[in-house]
Amino acid sequence: MLINHLSHSIIVLILNLAILGMYMDFIDALVIMQLRSGKSGSKLASAGAQGDFIAEPKNGIKENGFSKHHATPSKPKTLEEFEETPLILAIFTYIGYGLLVLFGYLRDLTRRYGLETTLQSQETPKNHGFVPLYQSFESFYTRNIYRRIRDCWNRPICSVPGAKTTLVNRTSDDFGWTFSNTGTTTEALNFGSYNYLGFAENCGPCADAAIDSIRENGIGVASSRLELGSSSLHSKCEELISEFLGVDSSIIFGMGFGTNALNIPVLGGKGTLLISDALNHASLVLGARLANSTIKVFKHNDLKHLEEILRNAIVNGQPRSHRPWKKIIIIVEGIYSMEGSIVKLPEIIALKKKYKAYLYLDEAHSIGALGLTGRGVVEYYGCNPKDIDILMGTFTKSFGSAGGYIAGSKKLISYLRKNSHSSAYATSVSPPLIQQIYTSMYTIMGKDGTDDGKNRIAQLAKNAKYFRQKLKELGFIIYGHEDSPVVPLLLFMPAKVGAFGREMLKRGVATVVVGFPATPIIESRARFCLSAAHTPQMIDEALQTINEVGDLLKLKYSRRTQH
Amino acid sequence: MRTECIFYALLNRSIDQNLSVDYLRNNFLFNPTDIIDGLASAPAYHLIFEALLLIWIVKLLFFTKTFNLAKSDLTEKEKHALIEEWQPEPLIPEVEEENPFGFKNKFTGIPGPTVCINGKEHINLTSLNFLNMIGNKEVEASAIDAVRKYGVGSCGPRGFYGTNSIHLELEENLAKFMNCEEAILYAYGFSTVASAIPAYAKRGDVLFVDEGVCFPVQKGVEASRSCVKYFKHNDMSDLERLLKEQAAEDLKNPRKAKVTRRFFIVEGVYLNYGDICPLPKLIELKYKYKVRLFIEESLSFGVLGDTGRGITQHFNCNMEDVDMVCANLEYAVGSIGGFCCGRSFVIDHQRLSGLGYCFSASLPPLLAAGAITALGIIDSSGDKLENLRSKASSFHQMLESISGVCVISDEISPVKHLMLSKTNGDINGDRLLLQKIVEYCMQNGVAVTQAQYIDQFEYKVPRPSIRLAVNVDLPQEDIKAAVDVLKAATKALL
Repeated sequence: MLINHLSHSIIVLILNLAILGMYMDFIDALVIMQLRSGKSGSKLASAGAQGDFIAEPKNGIKENGFSKHHATPSKPKTLEEFEETPLILAIFTYIGYGLLVLFGYLRDLTRRYGLETTLQSQETPKNHGFVPLYQSFESFYTRNIYRRIRDCWNRPICSVPGAKTTLVNRTSDDFGWTFSNTGTTTEALNFGSYNYLGFAENCGPCADAAIDSIRENGIGVASSRLELGSSSLHSKCEELISEFLGVDSSIIFGMGFGTNALNIPVLGGKGTLLISDALNHASLVLGARLANSTIKVFKHNDLKHLEEILRNAIVNGQPRSHRPWKKIIIIVEGIYSMEGSIVKLPEIIALKKKYKAYLYLDEAHSIGALGLTGRGVVEYYGCNPKDIDILMGTFTKSFGSAGGYIAGSKKLISYLRKNSHSSAYATSVSPPLIQQIYTSMYTIMGKDGTDDGKNRIAQLAKNAKYFRQKLKELGFIIYGHEDSPVVPLLLFMPAKVGAFGREMLKRGVATVVVGFPATPIIESRARFCLSAAHTPQMIDEALQTINEVGDLLKLKYSRRTQH
Repeated sequence: MRTECIFYALLNRSIDQNLSVDYLRNNFLFNPTDIIDGLASAPAYHLIFEALLLIWIVKLLFFTKTFNLAKSDLTEKEKHALIEEWQPEPLIPEVEEENPFGFKNKFTGIPGPTVCINGKEHINLTSLNFLNMIGNKEVEASAIDAVRKYGVGSCGPRGFYGTNSIHLELEENLAKFMNCEEAILYAYGFSTVASAIPAYAKRGDVLFVDEGVCFPVQKGVEASRSCVKYFKHNDMSDLERLLKEQAAEDLKNPRKAKVTRRFFIVEGVYLNYGDICPLPKLIELKYKYKVRLFIEESLSFGVLGDTGRGITQHFNCNMEDVDMVCANLEYAVGSIGGFCCGRSFVIDHQRLSGLGYCFSASLPPLLAAGAITALGIIDSSGDKLENLRSKASSFHQMLESISGVCVISDEISPVKHLMLSKTNGDINGDRLLLQKIVEYCMQNGVAVTQAQYIDQFEYKVPRPSIRLAVNVDLPQEDIKAAVDVLKAATKALL
């Protein structure tokens, strides 16, 4: 009787919510109409919606000479922008999450009373009486929100992750709890992989050299660098990297994530202050956490805030004891992979010199992808690589391999050789991977006697600029720097995250969609990674698809005045 | 209604009027007369009370003075002087430029039973290539096929088109091999266990960790920020003492005890000692004190047990009793990467919470392909493991006959730690002496190395030792020759 009553009321509630959902769709359409018409309203368009992110402290610290220097920037102002989220949109996005959470609780309730069988895997009865492994709220989000659109992630591929890729088709009979392969595949344009220079290839000089290397050296090493893990191939590659970057020395590690997580602790330590950008990658955050140092975070790319932290840190010293800091290390990335923004390196170098701090630059996404000859963000700004104390980068992206490097002074590298966690405890890099790094870098440097590397870099720059420009013209909200090959398109609402991922794939374009918790709750987005391997036709095809899906899902939120 | 009114007023003030006010007026069902009616009909005390509340909220929001370190009494000039005066320490301490052992001795080719170091052939007792999978032609062929099919790198994390069907196949094979529900693949051995532990253990939880665990485990434990209780290496009575202490504490604060997760973290075969953990006793303690059991099996996976299933098979224990096994694919399997396996209830959690899984590019497909083949070889050739065990124990006996040193490792372990029998406890002195033995061996065609530790980061630096590894394809006479060189070295130097 009770259960009957309960289920009845639940059905009524569900119906109500469904009606509410329809109403929301209606409202959504209204919002879009409002926003579109708002475009012509001059007040709105000029009301500071365009974030001008070039360092120009409006009332910065007066006596430092720094703000003066940059009061007249030589570069055009609108290279980077983060259009403000329209408030109405933010409100409805929150309501969207609110509804999802509400439904989540409802479903949890029905599961609890056995009205619905739970498909989540359960604890073994043998561990009865143990403290639960997870707190109930820990899996709430996964169970009730992520699971609904789980098919947009972890999509398996069965080909090279090149300009096009073949996806394994999956289907789910239980609303995203489990997937099974249908046995068919789909070919799609690939705008999801970090294949900036198009070196993800299964033929050509890189693949051939890697295969030769497998025959000659096998695939494993089974020893760490400090024991018997350094082959002549390792040192040959390290020499090339130093030459490429224009520094004294370098060292390679087997994993990009590990390069940060296992080397920052060696450089930090007690009495060290690590100042980290708010949007730094998880590996940098983990490395900083393991370093036993104090961590301060500055707002993303906000130099005024960084300077404030630096000044206060030096003036006030360490907390409580007020002893002076032993050293201060600023940790930034070249290209931020979720925002598409580029670090303001010249300004940071100026700050670092002024305050005698050290600089750790993670070029995971920028090495190879920026600069006229692919030397990364350092070359892009025309800075001196020796001004950066620790240059870090990975080989996963532009070089189509795996692993990471740290480059810098001879002294730094010989210290790391002895003290880096990965050189003593982690297995050294697999030979075919080193060979891939070597051959691709050799090509980028033009040492192979062809223009292949040069052409790839030029093609990527052209693709990135064109693609971003076109998307903006179509009226999407696009974040980031105009030269960045990472192009995030803002989706905002949780339902649109799933819908965008699915609709794009249906039309043959594989893209990455990201939502909370990887982004701030209202700033869910799709991300496109451009590649030198994309031909103009592919890009136009993708743009057309995005336009179509954008209209379908009403994603053209931008209130920007057209240039 | 009144709260709506406030909301309305706030909106009115803070956002652009063109857009929102009109919009709200049209679309939300506000009726200003309703609001005024509502206000008029409310009793006076209620209105006053709400007004006070509102003032208080405004005060809290805008007029609370936060404690600000930056506000000091210093004048700008004094601050400037302080900044000018501050001199940081150098980024890294002064070091002597000398190249460490591993960087001086570069090998070429394949580190198999013999290895070419600096142009000279050596008997290889260093690489942890127990089953000689590195250089195995079948493994190589499958890796080459994978390059031809998928390229070299995976160009993305697992979530974003970095999942290759070959990763799923390897995960499935590993789960089947270990007789588990699920396995999860990592791109690097080190980060496997270092990411897996903090995925479960959080601040406030208690970890009972053997003090002899290897460095990646120590890092995982550190990253979890849990309360760590180290027990003496392989000493179950010391562990039980800690458990009893914890039980007494739990009695004092049962509320906290209810949410404090507990974990045992041990290794199957200890990398730093070469001995085996007493698994049956641990399982007994696990159920007695309700503690979850995580085992790091990098050395024992593919080595211990009749068919290479590791420590659980060695002791004939049930995999169900172990909550998670972590191992890397870099030693017995001869590839790169690592995996965790166990029940889906446990393992699946890492797919969103394992930092090294979510935020790192996935394992290059060629390495996954190599691992699949190597796993197949282990599964199909039982005599290989039998052979390895008999070589390990005969090597063990030979090493025991060397005077001046002792072997602390287990007889069937493929890793042997050779320590000085007589030591005055001076780590650096021992190391210098052992290094001389190492140099002597290197000169005489036997590649050996000291176990390398970075003292300043280790929880407890193990006693200096020479770590030797057995390769299954190392001929008996080479083993004998190598032991003879070791004998000569100790005779000449000790």
